Amino acid sequence: MNNTSDNHMASNKKYWKSVEELKENSPIVETLKQNEFVEEIPTDDFLGDKETLEASSTTRRDFLKYVGFTTAAASLAACEGPVIKSIPYVVAPDEIIPGVANYYASSIGDGFDFANVLVKTREGRPIKIEHNDLDHGGEVNARVQASVLSLYDKNRLMYPTVGGEEVSWEDFDAGVVATMSQMTGKDVVLLTQTFASPTTAKLIQEFTTQYPNVRHVVYDTVSSSEAADAYQTKYGSRGLADYDFSKAEVIVSVGADFLGDWQGGGYSVGYIKNRVPKKGKKMSRHFQFEANMTLSGANADVRVPVKPSDQVKILKALTGGSVSGLPDNVAEAVRKAKSELDAAGTNGVIVTGIPTVEAQTAVLEYNDIKGSAAMDTAKPRLTSMGNTAEVTAVMNGVISGSVKGLITVGVDPVYSFPNASFADAYQNLEMSIAFSMREDATASRAKMVAALPHYLESWGDIQPKKGSFGLTQPTIRPLFNTRQFQECLLKWTENSKTYYEYLRENWENNILAGGAWSQALQDGVYESDVVLEELETTPALNALESATSAGALLPNTQDGGMELTLYTKTSMGDGQQANNPWLQEMPDPLTRASWDNYLTISASDASSLGLENYNVANGALNGSYANVSVGGVTIENVPVIIQPGQAQGSVGLALGYGKTDAIQKEMQTGVNAYTLYNNFSSVQTGVSISKASGIHEFACVQLQNTMMGRDIIRETTLEIFNTKDAEHWNPMPMVSKDHQEIPVTSPDADLWDSFDRSLGHHFNLSIDLNACTGCGACVIACHAENNVPVVGKEEMRKSRNMHWLRIDRYYSSQESFAHDFEKKDNISGLGSSLSEFAELEQASENPQVAFMPVMCQHCNHAPCETVCPVAATSHGRQGQNHMAYNRCVGTRYCANNCPYKVRRFNWFLYAENDEFDYNMNNDLGRMVLNPDVVVRSRGVMEKCSMCIQMTQKTILDAKRDGRAIKDGEFKTACSSACSTGAIAFGDVNDHDSEIYKKTKDDRMYHLLEAVGTKPNVMYQTQVRNTKES
Amino acid sequence: MIMVKFRNLPSQLSLLLLAMVLTFSTTTYAQEEAAEAATEEAATDTAAADLGGDPVAGKTLFNANCAACHKLYDKAVGPALFGVGDKYEKEWLYSWIRNSQEMVKAGDPVAVKLFEENNQSVMTAFPALSDADIDNIIAYTYTEKPTPVITTTTTGEAGGGDNTATNNIILAALAMVFLLLVVMLMLVSKTLRRIAEANGVEYEEKEAKPSLWKAFVQNQFLVFVTAVFLLLASGYFAYGWMMQVGMDQGYAPIQPIHYSHKIHAGDNQIDCNFCHSSARRSKTSGIPSLNVCMNCHKNISEYNGEEDLANGYTKDFYTGEIKKLYEAVGWDENTQSYTGEEKPVKWVRIHNLPDFAYFNHSQHVSVAGVECQTCHGPVEEMEVMYQFSPLTMGWCINCHRETNVDLKNNEYYQKVHEELSKKYGVDKLTIAQMGGLECGKCHY
Repeated sequence: MNNTSDNHMASNKKYWKSVEELKENSPIVETLKQNEFVEEIPTDDFLGDKETLEASSTTRRDFLKYVGFTTAAASLAACEGPVIKSIPYVVAPDEIIPGVANYYASSIGDGFDFANVLVKTREGRPIKIEHNDLDHGGEVNARVQASVLSLYDKNRLMYPTVGGEEVSWEDFDAGVVATMSQMTGKDVVLLTQTFASPTTAKLIQEFTTQYPNVRHVVYDTVSSSEAADAYQTKYGSRGLADYDFSKAEVIVSVGADFLGDWQGGGYSVGYIKNRVPKKGKKMSRHFQFEANMTLSGANADVRVPVKPSDQVKILKALTGGSVSGLPDNVAEAVRKAKSELDAAGTNGVIVTGIPTVEAQTAVLEYNDIKGSAAMDTAKPRLTSMGNTAEVTAVMNGVISGSVKGLITVGVDPVYSFPNASFADAYQNLEMSIAFSMREDATASRAKMVAALPHYLESWGDIQPKKGSFGLTQPTIRPLFNTRQFQECLLKWTENSKTYYEYLRENWENNILAGGAWSQALQDGVYESDVVLEELETTPALNALESATSAGALLPNTQDGGMELTLYTKTSMGDGQQANNPWLQEMPDPLTRASWDNYLTISASDASSLGLENYNVANGALNGSYANVSVGGVTIENVPVIIQPGQAQGSVGLALGYGKTDAIQKEMQTGVNAYTLYNNFSSVQTGVSISKASGIHEFACVQLQNTMMGRDIIRETTLEIFNTKDAEHWNPMPMVSKDHQEIPVTSPDADLWDSFDRSLGHHFNLSIDLNACTGCGACVIACHAENNVPVVGKEEMRKSRNMHWLRIDRYYSSQESFAHDFEKKDNISGLGSSLSEFAELEQASENPQVAFMPVMCQHCNHAPCETVCPVAATSHGRQGQNHMAYNRCVGTRYCANNCPYKVRRFNWFLYAENDEFDYNMNNDLGRMVLNPDVVVRSRGVMEKCSMCIQMTQKTILDAKRDGRAIKDGEFKTACSSACSTGAIAFGDVNDHDSEIYKKTKDDRMYHLLEAVGTKPNVMYQTQVRNTKES
Repeated sequence: MIMVKFRNLPSQLSLLLLAMVLTFSTTTYAQEEAAEAATEEAATDTAAADLGGDPVAGKTLFNANCAACHKLYDKAVGPALFGVGDKYEKEWLYSWIRNSQEMVKAGDPVAVKLFEENNQSVMTAFPALSDADIDNIIAYTYTEKPTPVITTTTTGEAGGGDNTATNNIILAALAMVFLLLVVMLMLVSKTLRRIAEANGVEYEEKEAKPSLWKAFVQNQFLVFVTAVFLLLASGYFAYGWMMQVGMDQGYAPIQPIHYSHKIHAGDNQIDCNFCHSSARRSKTSGIPSLNVCMNCHKNISEYNGEEDLANGYTKDFYTGEIKKLYEAVGWDENTQSYTGEEKPVKWVRIHNLPDFAYFNHSQHVSVAGVECQTCHGPVEEMEVMYQFSPLTMGWCINCHRETNVDLKNNEYYQKVHEELSKKYGVDKLTIAQMGGLECGKCHY
């Protein structure tokens, strides 16, 4: 405080606190010497006024008392559990037992996906979509599995509006009837999705009879118009030829991704029937000529990447022309395909995705002449009935003003029409009514908006294939003030019936043909040979011809530039469910990127354009942007992914992205490729691509694209499989003990004692790599069954995805995986290993592709269990590796010690957390949660449980009934979602079971067997029907 | 742990108290009932004098045939029957009771009016009843409504009736006397000392021996040992206390409707599964929906059982609770119909298992055949429902270790049982031996 000179210190230094001290006689310094503060603190004013102090109701003591009491009270209150209320039904519905799931058969027909499904409900809430086993051969894909979450979408339209204001349905009806009477004589178009619904068709006809100025036009957002046109020209009625690939021995596909969404998709069940090899049984052979890498190409025996313009030549060559003008390697493949097709006779089939009527007609003719057993033209598919010419006429009519009114149902033309001027023209229409589930681009511009219910809240029927019917029944009361389109039509045609009554009457009179309604409703599916009156509005044949001549027939109309193939992603389809976080987060089976669409381009084209992909320090994928222009329309800043197997000179871009209206911010992903969907044709030519500035951050979950010759996926060829012993192509890894080679599974090679698992149940899961097409339905089924959280794009990018089940995709580095092995085995010396291992990391330009679903392998000798410090993960006698979440302290030792990398850590709280604003953050979205599975909290590890809640339920049901369990009763979410039967599950202690046979199969192997973990998940070696290598 | 005793002490004490209360209160009830029966008998006797029938026989017949739909003094499904003989001709009544619908169809004006007044609910025909039977029943309907006689009886039996209250008063008085004595003693001693001081009497101050306390403090070893002991002891108790956090054994919240399990499951011997039917089929036992209550309470609109006056559970109180049910379910007693105005009851949940523990009732009730009381305690004695068991994992596991699985007549267990008993060399298998202690069986 004082000058240092006063101190008895040796130093003479003078320390000063402020410049003020340097001045002599500074009054401030003087004052400070005496007092602590320069100015006196007015304590007397404060404390001296006794009266005020006493008058104050809160004395200091009281204040402290209050503080003390509140602290104590708060801490005491924290110790007490909350009061939980339970509210039972006042009148319980007979069919509901709280805690027991009910299943209802229903059908989806949203214009893109058509399927017969089973809806699992708990306490009246649908929580899961499953496959309806009565529908043989039907397929429930990832989008249909995920559709249950779209029911609980908080961005849905909740009430009808007129001019943006909420109205009652009565007012809405009155408004519509008034407007319709004003529109008398003017051209009004009813633009709908394909309903494939006989009852809706009847209703629409009644409606258009009452209002003759209304014409019905079917608009498929993703068009199959050319195929339907070709079918209609040849067979008279409109439809799509159906294919049963189980009846084909040689399948040649020219640009048709029939394992994806080609002509409605759903062909994989039949296809796989002939693709699983059995000794002495034939396996079908599959040639694929395509531009984009697709699921079909990945599963093909011979895949040749060719750009669309060459595909036309190939098709010509296959159907009788010459192979001139094709590159040599392609010509060779075509010749081979043609000779095999010829040899196969009626067992051969060609399919094509080339969007021209000529091409489609050529294929129909070819298959017809050859008498192809796989093609079914007698009972065509009715799922994609739109006609491009008609739709184009509507689009142009609205723009030119000749169409005065537009009623849209289930479609969003403002978003999906490839003409930017449509939006403004639409707003200027005299009448615009939009039926929509959300306030999409069209609905937000429409004068009147009718809120549609979800299909799980509706009545309905579908006829996806002639003679095969499905019924839709509501499984929950409408969540919002919505009304079905059909119900509205009934009101507008002054029909007093409800749609349920109308539907039932129509079925009883026209479809059931003596069958019982209640049985049909319970089954959900109905086969009937009744011939229905043709009610679907079909375009006149002359319209078809004009479409044929006007349509973009192939591609070579504009030379130069790239050729663009627009496709639909397995997860997103036509984009209807863009607000569904499960689908956004589902990695694409091929690129393994989520939350995006992107331009796929071949490596050589990318390098010539200066486009690149690279991984950053944390492993995440970055890529360039490109501007894509087609005929004057440019999409800027499209992220680019270099796709191995993409044909040179071609690019691919997925439809269905880039939606913004009524889509949550996080899910406004990608670019809208519909703006390039000219003529509604999936192939666009004369595409120019230029590099744009900036770097795109992908959320791609797979960093290593190749196996680098490692023993992960085992592959062999049919020839070797048929001629050589299993130990040749599926060898048991050996380890050395006392300089003797012994198999890794022998007890001598083991440090641990094995438990006796011969008693009770012992569950095993088998994954047949031959039957797995990579479709990803199991990923979504697992999501729904196990309450797997959605983490968002940022976290996905950091590889913090929570999927319990992933489908790894590997590309071969050489032309096939066998060549990879060969190359690896021949590496010797440092120089060679440095360079050649690096080469093995790069995927080939046209690689072989293999899919491998990987979940927790439930190792009998689990590395994770031994390292857990708190014994949170332990082994059950039934073979399942248990995870007790409430015991886990989050050390993550287990994940580090897991050789399969299947453990997932909850880095954050994903439920009820605004940072992760997905379905688990709102009351509506949480209704989809499975009440039998706990929602994990932050800081704990989680992983596949082998659906122990399902096996336990099966066991309990049997115990309660006092019966033994039959084979096939045990299921997991993934095994029941797999329509091709690639994933099989069961009890290996039951020696009569299918799964036991699989353990004894020659093709059986365990993933990373050499590690000695003894997994309870097994894989069946992939066998390709190739002769070479 | 000894802690277990510590935990249960309050509940044991309360049980003891409850037992005492119950012993006294039941005697009260018994006496009341006797008195009531007596008055009723007297009433019927008087009625019998006026009419030709035998009211005692009539009562039996009434209870067997009519009581499902009719009450004497209140409207139920059918109208109140008190003094029905005055309202209609005897002959008319004979034919109405034997087949009412025939009369309605025949167009009898009185019959049609009656039919319309009662929501067109069809009365069961009783062709088997003889004229004499009907006379008996009519005689019984003249039984006067018993006037509440509780007050007189209780005062009359004061000695045994209000025991607990008197005991409390006596105890309080004794305590007061004791306190008074202590205070007086202190005052006397103080006064004596003051007198002594005033008189200059010197009383010896005790020689300042090193006190026991100081000796203790000086002995460091003793201090150390005591400190260690105290620390350990407090740690022990603290642990025991902390382990009770989140454990709600004895939790007995006040419910929106005072539902007495004692009356339903105890006095009336209703099987638990009658209302909690989903316990047999589902993981939850289910709080019964109100339509289940109404299966019986459509007819039972007032409480006529025993009362517990000490706790204020009078007949009126219970009847009032039934009215709450009617309000919740929207039942109009006058019209005997549902109004459609429902107010679902927000029960306070008593047994709260955490989400991460899976428990299935049907597994225990249907498969294992465990009595509800094993976990839920003597529900049939619970006036207010409370959580009987701690519901801790240790408690679950103990039971799984000790309980043998009953494998008889269950085909599912046959093979497993044979193999396992061979493996363990035992005839009976506990749940633990069947794998019932594995983490994943309850945590998923």
